[in-house]
Amino acid sequence: MQAELLSVRDLSVSFATEGGVARVLDAVSLTLRAGEIMGLVGESGCGKTTLARSILGALPPNAQVRGTALSFAGQDLLTLDPRVVADRVRGRAITFVPQDPFSAFNPLFTVGDQVTELLRWKSPDRRPGEYFYPRARRRADRGRALAMLRAVHLADPPRLLTKYPHELSGGQRQRVMIAMALLPEPKLVIADEPTTALDVTIQAQILKLLRTLANEHGASVLFTTHDLGTAWEICDRVTVMYAGQTLETAPIEAFVRRPMVPYTRLLLESLPSRNAALQGIPGDVPSLVSPPSGCRFHPRCPQASDACRAEHPAVSEQSAGHYVRCHHPQLTAVEAAAV
Amino acid sequence: MTHGAAPILELHDVHTQFPIHNAWGRRVGWLRAVDGVSLSVARGEILGVVGESGCGKTTLGKTIAGIHRAGAGKIRFEGNEIGDLTANEGRALRRNLQYCYQDPGASLDPHWKIGRALEEPLVIHTSMSRTERHARVREVLAAVGLPEGHLDLYPHEISGGQQRRIGLARILMLRPSLVVLDEPTSGLDVSVQATVLRLFLELRERFDLTYLFISHDLGVVRLVSQRIAVMYLGKVMECGQTAQVFASPVHPYTQSLLAAVPVVGGRRVTETFLLEGEPPNPGSLPTGCRFRTRCPRAEARCATEEPALRVLADGRQAACHFAEL
Repeated sequence: MQAELLSVRDLSVSFATEGGVARVLDAVSLTLRAGEIMGLVGESGCGKTTLARSILGALPPNAQVRGTALSFAGQDLLTLDPRVVADRVRGRAITFVPQDPFSAFNPLFTVGDQVTELLRWKSPDRRPGEYFYPRARRRADRGRALAMLRAVHLADPPRLLTKYPHELSGGQRQRVMIAMALLPEPKLVIADEPTTALDVTIQAQILKLLRTLANEHGASVLFTTHDLGTAWEICDRVTVMYAGQTLETAPIEAFVRRPMVPYTRLLLESLPSRNAALQGIPGDVPSLVSPPSGCRFHPRCPQASDACRAEHPAVSEQSAGHYVRCHHPQLTAVEAAAV
Repeated sequence: MTHGAAPILELHDVHTQFPIHNAWGRRVGWLRAVDGVSLSVARGEILGVVGESGCGKTTLGKTIAGIHRAGAGKIRFEGNEIGDLTANEGRALRRNLQYCYQDPGASLDPHWKIGRALEEPLVIHTSMSRTERHARVREVLAAVGLPEGHLDLYPHEISGGQQRRIGLARILMLRPSLVVLDEPTSGLDVSVQATVLRLFLELRERFDLTYLFISHDLGVVRLVSQRIAVMYLGKVMECGQTAQVFASPVHPYTQSLLAAVPVVGGRRVTETFLLEGEPPNPGSLPTGCRFRTRCPRAEARCATEEPALRVLADGRQAACHFAEL
C-alpha cells in the first residue's frame, strides 16, 4: 500500500446564510494515497465542490472552516501560513482543473500569455521568493510548456500559444487546462467535473489522457463528478457524498458490484443503462440549514428504521477498504447480490 | 408503436444555413447547420435525435418549430406545409407544435411568478376567460406533479428538476400534438433525471403527444425513444429502430459514438476507444463524406463521393458507402 498523500479529518465548512447557518460539509474524513485516482461522487449540492475547494484553500471569504486536520504531504494546511500555501501549495503542489473550460480563461490574453503567467509563478524550477523571471528559466519553461501541450495531443503547440481562448473548441480548451494543471508537476490534481461540458467522444479522449498523464507523472487525482460512468472509467476508489457527509468509500469494483449503502444502490439503479423502469430516488436533497435527524438520507431511504430516524450512524469498515456510514449496511449488500 | 397512420411531421431535404461574415460585415460563406435532412415522425412516436454538439440537432428542432427559417426543403406538419410561411401564418398553424427549451430556468422570466408564465400562452393564443385560464393552469400544474403553491413562486425559488416541469407545463397549456424537447435532461442528476423521463412518458399517454427528443445522452435516448436519428455536421448518418441501431450500428460514426459511452460495471471505454480528434468546422466541410476525416474505415472513394442515405434490408437508413448488415 502506498503512502498517504492527503488526509482530511473531520472537516466541517459552514456558511452563514439568510435562513441560518448552512453546514455544507459536516465532519468529512477522507484519505488519498500517492498516485491514486479518487472519485468524489454525489448529486448537485452535496458538497463535493466545497470539499475540493477547501483542500485547495480557495473557499469564499465567508466560509467558516473547522477540522481536526487537513494534512497534505506531511504539512497541516489548516495551520500552515496562508502565504506559504499561496506560494508553494496552491497551484504548485495542488492544482485544479475546472468544470467549465469556457469561463476559466481570460478572454483578453492569448493562451501563451496565460501559460507563461502560470509558469512564471508556479514553475517547478522557481525558487521560493523569486519575483523576477530569469531568461534561462523562461526559455526552459517554454520548452516545458510545448512538450506538455504535445503530450495532451494538441496539434502545432507553438501556433496554439498565439491563439486566444475563443479560437479553441471546448475539447481543446480542456486539454490546455489539463496541461496547465500538470505543468507545475503537482502531487495532487483536483479535477472538478472536467468532462461535464464535453461530448461523449471528447470525454472518452480527455479521461484517457488524464489517467495516462497522472500515472506518468505520479500525481494523485481527486476527481469530482455526478456521473458514475466517468467515475467507473477513471477512478481507483470512490467516495459517495450526500448532504455534506460521506456515505460510502470503496474500491471502484466493490463499489459498483457490492454497494452497501441504500443511497449508493439507488444511485446505481437510476443510471439510464440499467434503469428500464425509470425509477428515480423520490424526494429532494435535504436542506443543509436544518438537516434531518439521525441519518441524513432516512427521509428518502426505503430501508429506514427507527434507529435511522433517531441516531446518526457512524462510519464503520465493513470489509477491507470499504467504509460505510449506515445502520443497515449488510442488508443492502445481500439484496444487491440477489438482483 | 404504430406506424400505420400518416406521419404527423415530415421533413423533406430541409436546409438551414447561417451566413458567415468577415470583420467588415461582408458575407464570406455559409454555415450549413442543417444540410439536407429528411425525416418523418409517426403520430404518438418518440424520435430521438442524437449527435455531438455542433451537429445541428438544436437547429433542426428550432427550424421545425419555426424559430429559424428553412433555407430550402419542405416541412409538413399535420398535412400542412409550414416551411415557408410568414411568422403570423406560422403561429396559427404551429399552435399544436411546441418547442421546449434546453434550459427552462433561463427561459422563464425571472421577474414573473410561475403562475403568470404558465398563463401567458393562453392569453396569446386563445380567447379563454380569466377563470377558464386559471382552471387550465391548475389542471396542467397538477399533471406535471407540482403543488398549487408553486404558482406564487419565482423561477429562482424552485429546483432544476421543478423548472423542467414548469417548462413542460407551459408548453402543455395549449394542448400541442407534437413537442420538440431540446436536451430535456441535461444538467439534471441521475436520480432526478429518471423521474423527469417518466413524467415525459406519462404525459405522452395522457395528452396524446408525439416527441422529437433531442439529446446528446445516448443512454437516455435509448430508454425513451422508439426510433433514433444520428446526426453529424448537419446530416443524418443513420436512422432506424432504437433497438436495432443500438444492437448493431452500421455507420462507423454511430459505432464510435456508442463505443464512447461509459457502461458502469462493463468494459472501460478509455481502454478501447479509437475515435481521435474533433468534428471539423461546419463552415468548411470536408469533400465527399463529411465523417471521413475521423473515420477509421475511410478510403479514397469517401473523399470524392458523398454517400447518400440509403435504406438497408431491415428498413433502417444509413449514409455510408460500406454500410452493410
